[in-house]
Amino acid sequence: MISVRDAVLGYGTRSFITAVNGVSLDIGSNEIVGVAGESGSGKSTLMRAIYGDFSTGLRLKGGSIRGTFEGYGTLDCSDMRRAWWDAVSYVPQGSMSVLNPLMKVEKQLLDGLPKRQRLAGRAAQRQDLEKFLAGLGLDASVLDAYPHQLSGGMRQRVLVAIAAYVSPKLILADEPTTALDVVVQKRILLMLVEIQRRLQNTLVLVSHDLGVHYQITDRLVIMYRGEVVETGATDEIFSNPQHDYTQRLIGALPDLAARRGAVS
Amino acid sequence: MSANLLELRNVTRIYRRGGGLLGGQKFAAVDDVSFTLPSEPCISSIVGESGSGKTTIARMVLRLVEPTSGTMTLLDEPLHGPRVTRIDDVRFRRLVQPIFQNPFEAFSAYLPVVEYLRRTALNLEVADSPRGADAAVDAALKLVGLDLARVDGKFIRQFSGGELQRISVARALIPQPKLIVADEPVSMVDASLRMSIVNIFKRIMDEQGISFIYITHDLSTAYYLSDHVSIMNAGRIIESGTPADILGNPREQYTRELMAAVPGVTERWPEIGEIKRQWPASETAKDGPGAERNGLGPVH
Repeated sequence: MISVRDAVLGYGTRSFITAVNGVSLDIGSNEIVGVAGESGSGKSTLMRAIYGDFSTGLRLKGGSIRGTFEGYGTLDCSDMRRAWWDAVSYVPQGSMSVLNPLMKVEKQLLDGLPKRQRLAGRAAQRQDLEKFLAGLGLDASVLDAYPHQLSGGMRQRVLVAIAAYVSPKLILADEPTTALDVVVQKRILLMLVEIQRRLQNTLVLVSHDLGVHYQITDRLVIMYRGEVVETGATDEIFSNPQHDYTQRLIGALPDLAARRGAVS
Repeated sequence: MSANLLELRNVTRIYRRGGGLLGGQKFAAVDDVSFTLPSEPCISSIVGESGSGKTTIARMVLRLVEPTSGTMTLLDEPLHGPRVTRIDDVRFRRLVQPIFQNPFEAFSAYLPVVEYLRRTALNLEVADSPRGADAAVDAALKLVGLDLARVDGKFIRQFSGGELQRISVARALIPQPKLIVADEPVSMVDASLRMSIVNIFKRIMDEQGISFIYITHDLSTAYYLSDHVSIMNAGRIIESGTPADILGNPREQYTRELMAAVPGVTERWPEIGEIKRQWPASETAKDGPGAERNGLGPVH
């Protein structure tokens, strides 16, 4: 579905600052892929390039990034925006700075809806939305709320719902639960897994939290200083990490279950 | 027997939500909380989700917020109340120091970070000359694995989040306080660097004899770090004890929920298995025209 070949990504025109240095990566259909690494490792830059958002001054200096989607053929990353909010959707991190404070949630869910998803008549669309939200365990009352009336966790769930409502082939989620506490985080992660399973699509999740990756991803990509240092099945990486950095990352985790074993 | 370092007795803090000047609904952010820190150095964690009241407790201990009722004492001296009876301001700040969540917001972008450390040394009368202040700053930075030469003259954007948070810790150490209140000190820091900061707390407690109140929603670092854990929910401390007590035998349903929500790396959540059983992976998605996608919205 996504094919990244020797991608060199960075910022600036006169003086180019490299953020991603020669990354190759394949993302298939119907899988959950995790991208792990500390801040500055290039994981968000890679994600932005796959999404095809070059509005921040991001440039692809070498290599290629292509996506293949039904109805679109093969798109270069510079054309990816044609598939936005149809074949590809995005869950950003900061729910308060992304949602429009002057618009009720219902309107924001419908705002960028592709034609195939539109229903004739407001009532029919509303009914469809309510059914969709109920399927994700969200109450219909959030539709009538302004963003500030919702808690941080609920706003983040709204962003996930917006991304999922278009039934995309690919959902890119960049640190979707980083600012949230663990109870809310768990609810959102379960919601993401359920959406992926129901739609049988692909979820790419960026997080610096390895626990999150262990819980929900099928495959893991470890990034370090702009390069992919390790990829493989999540279980494989956790049981047998190859790269130094991965070993350090896994070795540094305080684990409740391990403590529980030590205590009892 | 020496006095307890900190004592909170039946402390309540009421806020008003919504409404105008007189209207609105009252709710207790902190509801009848009692909490003691002994005179011996220790690390005591307060764990709870957002809105549980843990930050309000931190702010009351730091004297940023007054309790609505109840008493708080530091070494037997009242923490709040009229200026003549409560503990002296400079003395208080020499005894209790904060570390906040976001180090990028804790320092201004317009002043070299180390200036805050120098000013702390001078304001709290740790040093009486610029040269003395530099010595105190350097000593504090060395405790967190940095030194003055490395950070001098730099602004916040020249540091990583982890480095900056270590500088926040160094700033708090300058007056050699008895207590550091750390409110979510590692939640903005990368997972791979969290443990290094948490380990600094542990070492400082051992070597410098400084106690910590560690406020977090992350049970795993709290268990790793603390001598004592209090679980907060809806303004109340619902359970407290040693990490082994609480982990081995959680009495409250809420504590079990909190434990179950930590994304561990040895066991998967049972809910994940349930979802996967309910929606097994198929070769191709059911995406024929008009088909329902497993109940998640139609395709037109």
